Amino acid sequence: MGSTNSTLSKIPNVEELMQETGFTPAHIVRLYDRFEALDKEKTGHLRPQDFGAINRLAMNPIGDRIIGAFFSPGQETVDFHSFVRILAHFRPADKKRPKDPSMPEPVNSRTSKLKFAFQLYDQDKDGKISRAELLQVLRSMLEMQVTEEQLESIADRTIQEADLDKDDAISFEEFRKSLEKVNIDHKMSIRFLR
Amino acid sequence: MACRTCLWLLGTTFFTCTVRLVVEGTEVGATQESISGIQIVTFKWHHVEAPYLIALWILVAGVSKMVVELNHSLTSVIPESALLIIIGWILGGIIYGADKMQTFTLTPTVFFFYLLPQVILDAGYFMPNKLFFSNMGAILVYAVIGTCWNAATVGLGLWGCWLGGAMGDIDIGLLQFLLFGSLIAAVDPVAVIAVFEEVHVNEVLFIMVFGESLLNDGVTVVLFNVFDAFVSLGGAEIDAVEIIKGIISFFVVAFGGSLVGIIFALLISLLTRCTKNIQIIEPGFIFILGYLSYLTAEMLSLSAILSIVFCGICCQKYINANMDERSVTTVRYVMKVLANGSETIIFVFLGISAIDPAVWVWNTGFILLTLLFIFVFRFIGVFLLTWILNKYRLVPLEFIDQVVMSYGGLRGAVAYGLVAMLDENKFKEKNLMVSTTLIVVYFTVMLQGITMKPLVTWLKVKRAAVTELTLAEKIQNRTFDHMLVAIEDISGQIGHNYMRDKWHNFEERWLCWFLMKPSARKSRDYIFNIFHQLNLKDAMSYVKEGERRGSLAFVRNETKADVDFNKKFRASFSEIMPDIMADNMGPDHEAEKGNDIVPSVCLDMHEQDLTMRESEDFNAHHLLQQHLYRGRKQHRHRYSRSHLETNRDENEVQEIFQRTMRSRLESFKSAKMGVAPAKKIQTKHQKKDKPQKVRGEGTFSPFLHVRPHSHPLIGNVMCMLCNVYVMLCHF
Repeated sequence: MGSTNSTLSKIPNVEELMQETGFTPAHIVRLYDRFEALDKEKTGHLRPQDFGAINRLAMNPIGDRIIGAFFSPGQETVDFHSFVRILAHFRPADKKRPKDPSMPEPVNSRTSKLKFAFQLYDQDKDGKISRAELLQVLRSMLEMQVTEEQLESIADRTIQEADLDKDDAISFEEFRKSLEKVNIDHKMSIRFLR
Repeated sequence: MACRTCLWLLGTTFFTCTVRLVVEGTEVGATQESISGIQIVTFKWHHVEAPYLIALWILVAGVSKMVVELNHSLTSVIPESALLIIIGWILGGIIYGADKMQTFTLTPTVFFFYLLPQVILDAGYFMPNKLFFSNMGAILVYAVIGTCWNAATVGLGLWGCWLGGAMGDIDIGLLQFLLFGSLIAAVDPVAVIAVFEEVHVNEVLFIMVFGESLLNDGVTVVLFNVFDAFVSLGGAEIDAVEIIKGIISFFVVAFGGSLVGIIFALLISLLTRCTKNIQIIEPGFIFILGYLSYLTAEMLSLSAILSIVFCGICCQKYINANMDERSVTTVRYVMKVLANGSETIIFVFLGISAIDPAVWVWNTGFILLTLLFIFVFRFIGVFLLTWILNKYRLVPLEFIDQVVMSYGGLRGAVAYGLVAMLDENKFKEKNLMVSTTLIVVYFTVMLQGITMKPLVTWLKVKRAAVTELTLAEKIQNRTFDHMLVAIEDISGQIGHNYMRDKWHNFEERWLCWFLMKPSARKSRDYIFNIFHQLNLKDAMSYVKEGERRGSLAFVRNETKADVDFNKKFRASFSEIMPDIMADNMGPDHEAEKGNDIVPSVCLDMHEQDLTMRESEDFNAHHLLQQHLYRGRKQHRHRYSRSHLETNRDENEVQEIFQRTMRSRLESFKSAKMGVAPAKKIQTKHQKKDKPQKVRGEGTFSPFLHVRPHSHPLIGNVMCMLCNVYVMLCHF
C-alpha cells in the first residue's frame, strides 16, 4: 500500500486514465491490485473465466451479463484501462462539477450510468430493448416457478408502459424517461469508489 | 377464550398468594402439634418454596405473554413489552393487595445474573456479522461518544437545574447527578429489540441502534463504576490522576471484556470441534460457556455484556459449521426460548416492581426535567454525530433515519437494574432515582414504543411519491441492486479491501484450520470447488457419459422437450434420486420427497400453466413483488426475537447458481457445436493458494461412478448437476 508511486509507474497512460475517470491515484492503485489478483496468469488481460472465478458472481442473477458488459463487442479480453473505465461508471457523481457543454460527458454522470444499464438489456447493441431481450432479463431475475406466460405478460405490460412511439421496443430515450423519478446516482454508486 | 385465559392468569396469581397465606397458617399449626402418629400426607411448603415460586413465576410470565398475544391487532398497535408491563402492574396490584407489601420485585442480582445474559447471548449469536462489522465505525461513534454525551448533558443539565432550585430541596450533589446521568443515558438492547420488532426499519438503521445499545454497555459500566467510586471518595479527592485512571479504565474494561468474550468463543469453537461423539449434549456447551464468559468478565470487573456479545458474534460461524444440523437447530431454538422467556419475565417484573409505595418518591421537577433532557439531548446528540459521520459515508443517514434513531433510544431494564444497585447510605435520594428511572422506562417503552410505528409511517408517507412505482421502475430498481452487488464483488470491496482481505486470508488459513472440524472445512470449500471444477473438459466427459447411456439422448431442441422424454429421464434416475436426497437431507426425510425436489422443469411448467391460468388473477405487480430474486444485500438479516427463519435464501441462491451454471455450460456447448463463433475458452486453472487441495483434471468423471451413498455432498452435487442436465436437455 505504501508503494503507490511505484505501482502507478507500472501502469501505462495512468494520467490519462485518471483524467478520464476521475479516480484518485490511491484508487487506481487499489483497482490495479484487484486486477492483478483476478488475473491469475499474469497476462495483463482478463478473460471471462477470470471473472467466473469470483464465486459470488455465480449467485447473482445478472452476474454473467455484468461480466459481459466488461468486454467490448468482439473482444475477448479486458485490459486494465477498460476495467477501470467500466468501474468508473459506478463512482458517485461529482456534485460540484460545473456543467461544461464543451467537455465530454463524464463517465459517472447520470446519462452515462443509464447508458450502462441500458446496454445490459440491449445485448445486440441495436439501440433498442426488444421484447425478446426484456424477456431474457426478466427470466433471469424471476424465480423459476413463474411461467412463460406470466413472464410474457410482464414484459408486454412493461413495454406498454414505457414505449411511447409504439414500436414495441424501448429506446434509450424512452428508457431514460421511464426512470426519471429514480435517483440513479444513489442507486448506481458504490461508496468506496468515490 | 380471552376471558378464560385472563381468569386462568388471575387464578394463578391468586393461587400464589393464597398458598403463602395457607403456608403461614399451616406453619403455625405445624409447630404446635407434636408428632402423634405417622403422617400419610404432609404439606411441605417450605421444602419446595424457592423453586416452586420460581417455576410459578415463569409460568405466570408465560401465561401473560399468551394473553398478550391473543389479539394480534392489539399487539401491532401497542408493542408487546408495553402490554407486559401493564400486566405486571395488574399482578403487582394483586400481590400488593394480598400481602400489603411488594414481595416480588426485580432485584439486581436476579436481573443481572439470571435474566440478562441469555438475552444478550441471543443478540450476539444471531447478530448479522457482516452488517455489524461494516458499520462498526458508526456504531462505535454512537455508542461511545453518544453515550458520554448523553450522560454528561443529562447529568449537568439536572445539576444546573437543581442549583437553580427547580427541584426543591434534595440531598444530592454534582457527582450523584453525573452518576444518575450515566445510568439513564444508556440505550437498552432489550427494549430496542422489543419495539423495533414491530416497526420494520431498514437494516442499516436497525443495526445502528441495536449495535449501539449493545456496545454502550462498555461505557455505561465504566461511567457507573467511576462515578460510584468518586461518590465514595468524596468530591475533594478527585484530581487529574483519578480522571486519567477513569479514562484508562474505559479502555481496559471495554477491550478486556471483548477479549474475554473472544477467548470464550475460541473455547466453544474448539470444544465443538471435538464433540462428535456426544452430539446429544453439544448444545449445552454453548450456553454454559456463554454464561461463563459473562460471569468471568463480571468477576474481573470488565464489561460482561460486551464479553457475552463478542462470544456470540465470534463463535457463530464455527459452531454452526462444526455441530450437527440438529444440534444447530437446537441451539438456535433454545436460545430463542430462553431469550424470549427472559424478556417476558423482565418486562412483567418491571411492571410489578412499580407497585411498591415504599420506593415511590415524587419530585415533579426532577422527573419532568429528566424526561425532557434525555429526550432532547438524545435528538441533539444523534443529529450532531450523524452530521459528522455523513461526511465519511456515501450512503448518508437520512433525516428520517436520524429521527427514528433518536426516537428509538429507549431506556429499559438495564438502567433499572443499575439504579437498584445503588447504595442507600451513599445515595440518600436513591428512591427518587428509582422512581424516576421507572417512569423514564415506562415513558420510553410504552409511549415511544406505541408512537414509533405511526411516526415512521407518517414520515415515510410524507416522503414517498404518491404514485406507485411503474413496472419498469420496479424491475430496474432490482436490476440496480443486483448490479451493485456484482460490481462490488468484481471490484473486490475496495474500501476496506486490504484489511478485509488480510483478515479473510488469515481467517481462512489459520482460524478455520484451528477451529473447524476437518469435515466441516472440506464441505465449505467443496461446493465452490465443484463450481470451479466444472471446467469444460470435465463437463464434456459428463456429456459423453450421458450420450453413452442412451436414454439421455443429447437432443438439441428449440422447442420444449416432450413429456415422454422427461418421464424416461426421471424414471431412470428415480432409483438413485431418493437415496441421494435422503443422504443429502438426513435420515429423517422420507424418500418420496426426492421426487418433489428434482425439478423436471418442463413437466412442472406444463402443469402450472393450466392451473395458474385458471385460478389466479394475473397481476404483474404482484408477480414482481413475489418472485423477483431478492439479491444478496436484501437478504433478511432482520433480527427478530420471536421468529426463527428457515433459510429461504438458500433456495434462491441455489436456483440462481444452477441457472448460471447451466447458461455457462450452454455457452460452452454452443461453442463446441460451432454454432456461435468459437470463443477460445480454456480450462479453468485451479492454482489457488491452497496447496493441500490438489485436484487433477478429469476428476469429475469419478463422481459418476461413486456410489450415491458415500458422501452427502456428492449427492448434493449430483442432484445439482442432474438439474443442470435436465435443463440442458430442454433447450
